Amino acid sequence: MSEFQQKCTLLTRNRLAPDVFRLTFEAPKLAAQAQPGQFVMVRVIDGLDPLLRRPFSIHRNSVSNGTISLLFKVIGKGTDMLAQRCVGDQLDFVGPLGNGFDLSCKQPICLIGGGMGIAPLLFLAEQLQQTGREIEKDHVLLGARNRDELALLAEEFSALGYAVQLATDDGSIGHKGFIPDLLDFVLPTVERVYTCGPHLMMENIVRQCQQAEVSCQVSLETHMACGMGACLGCTVNGKKGLVHVCKQGPVFNADHLEWSL
Amino acid sequence: MESLRGELKQPVIESSDTEDAEINLGLCGQPDLRVQIGSLELRNPVMTASGTFGYAREFENLVDLDHLGGIIVKGISLQPRPGNPPPRIFETACGMLNAIGLENVGVDRFISGKMQYLRSLSTPVVVNILGDSLEEYSEIARKLNEVDGVASLEINISCPNVKKGGVAFGTVPEMAARVTEAVRQASDLPLIVKLSPNVTDIVLMAKAVEKAGADAVSLINTLIGMAIDPITRRPRLANVIGGLSGPAIKPVALRMVWQVAQAVSLPVIGIGGITTADDALEFFLAGASAVQVGTANFYDPSAAENIVQGITAYLQEQGEDRVVDIIGTLKTGTE
Repeated sequence: MSEFQQKCTLLTRNRLAPDVFRLTFEAPKLAAQAQPGQFVMVRVIDGLDPLLRRPFSIHRNSVSNGTISLLFKVIGKGTDMLAQRCVGDQLDFVGPLGNGFDLSCKQPICLIGGGMGIAPLLFLAEQLQQTGREIEKDHVLLGARNRDELALLAEEFSALGYAVQLATDDGSIGHKGFIPDLLDFVLPTVERVYTCGPHLMMENIVRQCQQAEVSCQVSLETHMACGMGACLGCTVNGKKGLVHVCKQGPVFNADHLEWSL
Repeated sequence: MESLRGELKQPVIESSDTEDAEINLGLCGQPDLRVQIGSLELRNPVMTASGTFGYAREFENLVDLDHLGGIIVKGISLQPRPGNPPPRIFETACGMLNAIGLENVGVDRFISGKMQYLRSLSTPVVVNILGDSLEEYSEIARKLNEVDGVASLEINISCPNVKKGGVAFGTVPEMAARVTEAVRQASDLPLIVKLSPNVTDIVLMAKAVEKAGADAVSLINTLIGMAIDPITRRPRLANVIGGLSGPAIKPVALRMVWQVAQAVSLPVIGIGGITTADDALEFFLAGASAVQVGTANFYDPSAAENIVQGITAYLQEQGEDRVVDIIGTLKTGTE
């Protein structure tokens, strides 16, 4: 269960939307070890600009195929270069890193993903499904800008057996608006929420969960230089002082973090 | 340290017959990478820089810590420090800005919580120390002087002197000398003073700390810089300004090492953007006796180990038996 550094070969490169990509790598050792919610630090090129590795949560994990997948939107130089890598290229990975989600909840749960925050939830959904829980009582709420970003991912959650509800900014699929609008109806039926997405979305969800007394696990994204607890660059405000997302997270109990609610 | 030095010297000075074969093999095949920093002997000249390698254990799964020449742990203050609010880091072209704010566990928790593991390593451990007053520096040095497993102290003089109205120890030669003297009096350990590049003449700083009793100087610390988000019109770092590190600063570091190495008789330890063996070799040729790998630990945890191998390969190609023979061999004339 300890992290390692390894070159992984890019096997498939899918474009889900004009600026959204899913890359699948041959990574049997990572796949065998990784837990939902953990992340990898990827060197997008071997050169010095961009200099730092980029953190990506593990989006899909297949132990039998020996593969892991990353899902990302092109938002800057690093993700742009990553999107341009070709099948057969070898990229340098460090992982698996950080703490994963707590899967012990036996009662109905709700997974809530916004935008690229959906990435770690598919791995989580697959893993939860394999625990033999009553999946038909669970909920999945996904939000994004438009149909392009959401359609395929929504199908994949549905195929696992989850009841999926969607929200888009433009209403091109699902509810026109935001995920928290959908949550009020779901919260009374679940024991725990797992969420990852834009900070504002998570803030709203955490507030709703606290009011409904539903436990909530959040996965955070920050700038990171090392991912291993050395640079101390990825701090966020916790209830008892600063916490480091890479080592103490990226998954936190929402009650342990400071939210500007 | 005594035991370590004994181990390193033993094969060369006294050895049994059975060991002789291995030693001869070693001497024929492998160049001698040992260097001397004051009374501190390193098995090779590649160390990991303070603030980029945590307390070493963070890297135990990725790096063979016993292959390093030395480990300089995260800067330690008298009291624990929480550090600066986020965001603390921002990537820039071939570099990064940081304003961590010297977050650390404080000297007491360092000794009780981190030293046992560090003692278990065969690599010399150098403790980087920092303070806001001469008294703080002295107090930390005194505490660490009695701790088994601390091979050397590296004095971080980049902090402001709170008692003197925030005058930085690292930018006024007289102040740097006084910190060095204070630590010298409090500790018998070899002292390395880490110099800031944010000065008009770094040579003056090096000379000042040499005279004050330093055993070596290490340079450079980060260059002060900043970055701004044009959309929000806000600084990228909560602290507004931060320290620039990484390959972007290497030419500046190399120039300063070259200038200082010519001006002082102390060993100079080169720091600044070192990622490859070629980077390290440039520093040796400019006069550095050893190097520290810093930011590279973040993006390539295997960098320091690879640099050691690359130095060995270079020495073999060049027909050099010892790394010390190439130090300061830069050719600047017409020879």
